[in-house]
Amino acid sequence: MFIRKIVIIAGLVAGICSAASKLNVVTSTEDLSAIGREIGGDHISIDSIAKGYQDPHFVEPKPSFLLKLQKADLLAVVGLQLEIGWLPPLITQSGNSKIQVGAKGYFDVSNACEILEIPTATVTRADGDVHPLGNPHFWLDPENGRRIARAFKDKLSEMQPADAAFFDHNLKDFEQRLTDAEKRWDTQMAPYKGRKVVTYHRSLPNFAKRFGLDVVDYVEPKPGIPPTPTHTLELINKMKQQNIKLILVEPYFDMRTPNSVAQAVGGTAIVLLPSVGGEKQVQTYFQLFDYDVNLLATAFGKYK
Amino acid sequence: MRCHVKVLAAVCLIGGVARGQDNAALLDRLRAMEDRIKALEAEVAGLKGQPAPEAAAVTPVAPAATPQVANAASTAAPNLGGAQGAAAKVFNPDMAVIGDFVGVGGKNKSQPSPALEMHESEVALQAILDPYARADFFISFGEHGVDLEEGYLTFPSLPGHLSLRAGKMRAAFGKVNTLHNHVLPWVDRPLVMQNFTGGEEGINDAGFSLSRILPAPGGLFLEATGQVFRGDSDNVFHSWHPNNLSTVGHLRGYRDINESTNVDLGFSYARGASTQTAGLFNQLYDIDATIRWKPLRRSIYHSFTGRAELVWDHNQAAVTSGTPFGYFASGDYQFARRWFAGARFDWSERALSTLRHDDGGSAVLTYWPSEFSQVRGQYRHTRYAEGLTANEILFQFLFSIGAHGAHPF
Repeated sequence: MFIRKIVIIAGLVAGICSAASKLNVVTSTEDLSAIGREIGGDHISIDSIAKGYQDPHFVEPKPSFLLKLQKADLLAVVGLQLEIGWLPPLITQSGNSKIQVGAKGYFDVSNACEILEIPTATVTRADGDVHPLGNPHFWLDPENGRRIARAFKDKLSEMQPADAAFFDHNLKDFEQRLTDAEKRWDTQMAPYKGRKVVTYHRSLPNFAKRFGLDVVDYVEPKPGIPPTPTHTLELINKMKQQNIKLILVEPYFDMRTPNSVAQAVGGTAIVLLPSVGGEKQVQTYFQLFDYDVNLLATAFGKYK
Repeated sequence: MRCHVKVLAAVCLIGGVARGQDNAALLDRLRAMEDRIKALEAEVAGLKGQPAPEAAAVTPVAPAATPQVANAASTAAPNLGGAQGAAAKVFNPDMAVIGDFVGVGGKNKSQPSPALEMHESEVALQAILDPYARADFFISFGEHGVDLEEGYLTFPSLPGHLSLRAGKMRAAFGKVNTLHNHVLPWVDRPLVMQNFTGGEEGINDAGFSLSRILPAPGGLFLEATGQVFRGDSDNVFHSWHPNNLSTVGHLRGYRDINESTNVDLGFSYARGASTQTAGLFNQLYDIDATIRWKPLRRSIYHSFTGRAELVWDHNQAAVTSGTPFGYFASGDYQFARRWFAGARFDWSERALSTLRHDDGGSAVLTYWPSEFSQVRGQYRHTRYAEGLTANEILFQFLFSIGAHGAHPF
């Protein structure tokens, strides 16, 4: 009886110590937490700030986020100014030296990824709310997902060397599953390679490049600028001329304009998820692509 | 002798051959370098989107096929030479200029305003100073002068999760006092701020500020701030002696009710030497409350913010008994992506008297052409303690150029 009590107490203490020694990771988006969780497993604690169904450009810097950041050992950010409107004051106000910009615990994953739409000419706000460092929606290419996972493995191993082998094992497992899944997604999307689509915002260049879609225009006349009647009419004409039937919309945009454009061209506007967490059933990086690829394949299947 | 001549001839021959071999090797290296330069020229031209020089055709390079991967680039080829001069500019601070153009129509005999005014041009300069601190400057250019609105150094991560700020800053007294003009939801400031806390300038002084997030149960956010200032704030405190420092304390409590709704409560206290007479003190008490609603899935289209702030001004130089009191309450509803409508009610006694009070109300309509500009119209009705009534239409153009700042919360 006495020995049983000791064993129970020892187990509890070990559990508490284990929980206390876990690396506390906070990510700016659910996509990063989904990939980080694949690598860190139960050896880290990971949480995100922005929800997958909200516009990551316009997150309110709520004080409740400071409670997460105050205790963070590592802060993973998308970078490329995606979070510029809300994350910098949170980092400053967190009072946490580990995650300040330039500290060991500040982890900008964009440094590891292929970035598209890097401006090569002078950028002004006449072009809308452009990202001068390149398009920050880069996680929507599985190859960049692989790169983010590798970067996570390196960063987590650097910060928690005792678990390096565990992280490495998880990375290999993730890469293998990703390679298998890519074959599945490629097979599903192969018949629709080269198909022309319209998207609401410039969220999908990496996804389009990876799966061979041709994004010919946007519902927004310029990034961050709401649809205008003139641009909407031009868009309808262009879609009619080029026989484009599909409009892809992020879950946080109003569907009225996309639906009316789709109706005018005899097409469909569908909500494609740009992020993990965009729908309840999409909780992993794999589920994000499964959801989007299935949705697209079904939608493309309707139009020859 | 013949033998010596033969040896000399042989040495010369060998030397000539060797020199010839050196020259050939040198020529090869030059050719290789020339090819390399041509290839790089082609690559640069490709990246700039310009046609490559004619010679580039010799060694074509496909820039589009080169992945823009930071770590891959370092392994593909060694980086030759340092960064260009422009790279030094990365250490320049983030710069922005925010223009505030205001127009007023209607009659106000008590506090008349110019019909048209470039009310303020605020220059913001912000940067990380070093691994330990960041610096922020906000310089306000009016039509007739320049003023340092704020300029401070922040140590964001001192031991014990403390954050220290030193310099000139808006005091953490209530909510509105901390806000710059361009983030207010109105053209003007509420009457209670004009009567008790220095109006537009507010409680704004040089000193130190120390804040810390306090441990609290159940997802409650608690933050305490203590500030010490020189003691000079227009119409609020005056430092008659060097030891007439003013102090400000602020306790903030915040809680998410759900993912769309949250409540923010603050309690503030400020004390400093009265502006009226040396040796007398002025103490201010403030309660601020904010409720916000913003559905995450449609956060860019709809939101509501309700605000209220109550201020008590206990000034030893007061001419009447009792503690003058004032408040405002307002609500702002975003009904479309670019449109906001709001209303505000004001009621405030005068700073030194409980016998006189002003009251009024405003209706506000704001349009955001983009994230970087706002057009606002405000109808303001005010009844002053002197018996005068003012009905005014105010309009405002706010515009920002430069670095993208953080959205206010």
